Amino acid sequence: MTWDISKIDEWKSDEFPRGAVIPDSGNSRDYVTGGWRSQRPVRDDAKCTQCLFCWIYCPDSSVNVADEKVTDFNLNHCKGCGVCAQVCPADAITMVPEGCELPEVK
Amino acid sequence: MPTQKTLAVTGNTLVAEAIRQCSPDVIPAYPITPQTTVVEELAKFVANGRMHAEYVNVESEHSAMSAAVGASAAGARVATATSSQGLALMWEELHIAAGLRLPIVMFNANRALAAPINIHCDHSDVMGARDTGWIILFAETAQEAYDNTIMSFRIAEHPEVLLPVMTTADGFITTHSIDRAQIMDDETVAAFVGDYEPENALLDFGKPVTHGSFAGLGGPYFEFKNSQRMAIERARDVVKSVGAEWSAITGRPFGMVETWGMEDAETAIVVIGSTAGNARHVARGLRAEGKKVGVVKVRCFRPFPYAELAAALKGVKAVAVMDRSESFGAEGGPLFLEVRSALYDLDERIPVVDYIYGLGGADVKIELIDRVFADLSDIASGTAAPSGLVYLGAR
Repeated sequence: MTWDISKIDEWKSDEFPRGAVIPDSGNSRDYVTGGWRSQRPVRDDAKCTQCLFCWIYCPDSSVNVADEKVTDFNLNHCKGCGVCAQVCPADAITMVPEGCELPEVK
Repeated sequence: MPTQKTLAVTGNTLVAEAIRQCSPDVIPAYPITPQTTVVEELAKFVANGRMHAEYVNVESEHSAMSAAVGASAAGARVATATSSQGLALMWEELHIAAGLRLPIVMFNANRALAAPINIHCDHSDVMGARDTGWIILFAETAQEAYDNTIMSFRIAEHPEVLLPVMTTADGFITTHSIDRAQIMDDETVAAFVGDYEPENALLDFGKPVTHGSFAGLGGPYFEFKNSQRMAIERARDVVKSVGAEWSAITGRPFGMVETWGMEDAETAIVVIGSTAGNARHVARGLRAEGKKVGVVKVRCFRPFPYAELAAALKGVKAVAVMDRSESFGAEGGPLFLEVRSALYDLDERIPVVDYIYGLGGADVKIELIDRVFADLSDIASGTAAPSGLVYLGAR
């Protein structure tokens, strides 16, 4: 990663790359696209069987996995589509409206 | 040593020769009257091995400009040509080419837009593209169409500019009439134009980049448009310096505007394209009678030469603008709006009258231009008030 966009909000018109070119590769993870999500997935660890269906089906690679186990969701990129909750065979994922109090996870 | 050969040729033949001499890598094109002979010639050059370009036969002008955008982003030098409905069909890609800052060069054979259907000359097609962000050059003659096309590559690819350039000539009048013109030798043109070295080529695998990214709500779209404005403003100097450079080689002048008799003119016509010749012809006759008349031809329409026009017209008592296109519902045609705006900052207030003429190839007779100068003379002497917009010669 060589392209530093940390100060992009301060750039002047003539400081952006010409023609809106992104002069680098592999930087889509730096671009936060989860901002327009209206609901978020919440996983019940007690019900989860670690089948990884959610990880396979997520269209946005937003299910974080470590040591072959789901750890949490990448909410910087999750759009709240609900596919993970739909495919979960153990009913371990609930979609919760954004902006509301989160239910307590047991 | 630059060697020029004098030929009797059509504008289209010379434009095709100019494009060949500038060696584009890719030519995506679709034939349309009166541009057809340009792309026919180019296809022939490629087929006969006189040019090493990828000639792409596309199914429409929408595809032609899309392919041009793709090839230019890939890092190729790209040229194409179109006219009228074809240019109109390219409309959305014209904005994309300029927004992506791709130095595509396109020739347009200026032609009316339907309806009713008409294949003859006016400037409606180009004026429809005047706000797309392209640099726009108008030629009066086959010679100027040739020279403008060669200079277009230098202007487009200049590091301070990097914008697409539309180089145009009047349909049939300039594209198909046989004219006396000089063609430069291939080596001199190749040396003048040089090689194109793209900065962000998609085919440069060692330096991966993304073209066509998103800059939506809250994103820097606004700033990108500002930077596009800065680039076309910088193009003013580049159009002039490239013109001066080509002028030194060819001996022909290339200003943003070309003036005739403006040193002491009391009345003047401002005109674009082939009609400039008719206007000068009439002006010469009037000068012989001792009348102080002048002609200003606008060669570069985008960026528009406001300062040059104001300087040329300063002190004139009445100005006629000749518009070969409409802006229905506006106070005048596109050129009139620009010229009157250019004169606004002068201390004196010069009366300006707009003449819409020659739409759909309507004849531009000498008597019509006589009438324009006669009107100007009446306005300048105070015997007539400036009229509103005139449809010159309409029944």
